[in-house]
Amino acid sequence: MTGVGEVITRVHREEWARVVATLTRRLGDLDIAEEMTAEAFATAVERWPIDGVPPNPGAWLTTTALRKAIDRLRREVRREEKHREALMLFDTPEPIGAIDDDRLRLVFTCCHPALAIQARIALTLRMVGGLTVPEIARAFLVEETAVGRRITRAKAKIKAAKIPYRVPFREDLPARVTGVLAVLYLIFNEGYLASNPEKDAVRGDLTAEAIRLTRLVHALIPADGEVVGLLALMLLTEARRAARVSASGELVSLGEQDRGAWDRELIAEGHALVRGRLATGQAPGRYQILAAINAVHTDAHDIRDTDWSQVVALYDQLVRLDPSPIVRLNRAIAVAELDGPQVALAEVDGLPLEGYHAFHATRADLLRRLGRSEESRAAYDRAMGLAGNSAETAYLIRRRDQLPGL
Amino acid sequence: MAQYLMSVLTETAGLATAEEMAAIDAFNEQLQADGHWVFAGGLASPSTATVVDGRDGEPVFTDGPYLESKEHIIGFWIIDAPDLDVALRLAALGSKSCNRRVELRPFLGE
Repeated sequence: MTGVGEVITRVHREEWARVVATLTRRLGDLDIAEEMTAEAFATAVERWPIDGVPPNPGAWLTTTALRKAIDRLRREVRREEKHREALMLFDTPEPIGAIDDDRLRLVFTCCHPALAIQARIALTLRMVGGLTVPEIARAFLVEETAVGRRITRAKAKIKAAKIPYRVPFREDLPARVTGVLAVLYLIFNEGYLASNPEKDAVRGDLTAEAIRLTRLVHALIPADGEVVGLLALMLLTEARRAARVSASGELVSLGEQDRGAWDRELIAEGHALVRGRLATGQAPGRYQILAAINAVHTDAHDIRDTDWSQVVALYDQLVRLDPSPIVRLNRAIAVAELDGPQVALAEVDGLPLEGYHAFHATRADLLRRLGRSEESRAAYDRAMGLAGNSAETAYLIRRRDQLPGL
Repeated sequence: MAQYLMSVLTETAGLATAEEMAAIDAFNEQLQADGHWVFAGGLASPSTATVVDGRDGEPVFTDGPYLESKEHIIGFWIIDAPDLDVALRLAALGSKSCNRRVELRPFLGE
């Protein structure tokens, strides 16, 4: 019995998106596709422990879901006297070459820029990730009804405004891939540093889901360097997860982390992806540069072994692509290691980031290193007032209370 | 094919400049050549509007727009497009041609 349960869980993870995607193409309706896929899985939970697991679970689920959809449409046709059944005949192949996969169409539809960003996240987790509405609500600590409404509204817009179910035009593709990656990165970051103080600081289920979805997108568009970059960035960040929060629930800074607790397998995979991109000789995008920075960090056995000149050089490259204050703040943190806290502080002080906790936390640290304890304490207090995460607050309190002259 | 309403939004009372008019004409010709054209028009200012309520007996006429707002619609296009991606692209070109933001909204389907 448990054996079948495990199989169903695995099949759900592997086949959910494919079944939803195939049904959406066959039926031209995301809403019915989702509902029938869920019903097909419910039938599997009932039948498989009795009948045994079918030899091709994915095909069984698709067939079962399609049959349920046909039954449903037939009932509607009779009721509404409409020729909805005609829809069933359209099995448009639309050959589009190497990236012709229904799941990719599904990803692009769920991450469409005409939908609100929160709707894109919820829709992607539901349709592609197969998470239930309560699971999504729990992950983001919002009401189930709110998530349900968001998804319903998005599906209604997709239908009414005719958001297409296909891979975007070639000219739109780079921007649309960037949009997909932004959704995946937001899911990952919510898991990596939850924004709500009542949640666990690090949420492994969300980071794992983000990585799984990014792996899928990578498998679907393997040639896209930024997809590789984002996957590598996630792997190299995830590798440090266990070392990132202490037993007492406090955030542990990079310099203080137990590097023995880092996941070597994830690091090796991330490094291989970064090296692969370097070998192409193509100019890297933002995610590839961030991945390379994380590769440098995870390459060092100790914070003092870190190749800071390499890190600063990579940040220089990133600033050229994205001169935003947050990128410059992160660059300054690396500059502090290379040229000292005085140089870094001069760069940090001009940044328009008054409302950002990391800005004040960085200033606090630099001021502490310069022996300016009073100013440092004030900056820690500002940072604490703005931090949304309990593990981060705990870290800031400890650092503040370690300041001399209290 | 679906139809979309592309409303041109503005905050100022000014009409299109000669330069904007030329760009709009070029965009209109392209819409017609590509088979997207259904209809388009410019509107007089909201202060020229009359709200009419004929639901109950003698019609009631009220001077002015039904909604006073900072932004108002000064023109619109109705376009044919196979899906939202095509419509979004046309809306971006339309917005550029008239040098204003546009709101894209689908007509109700069958």
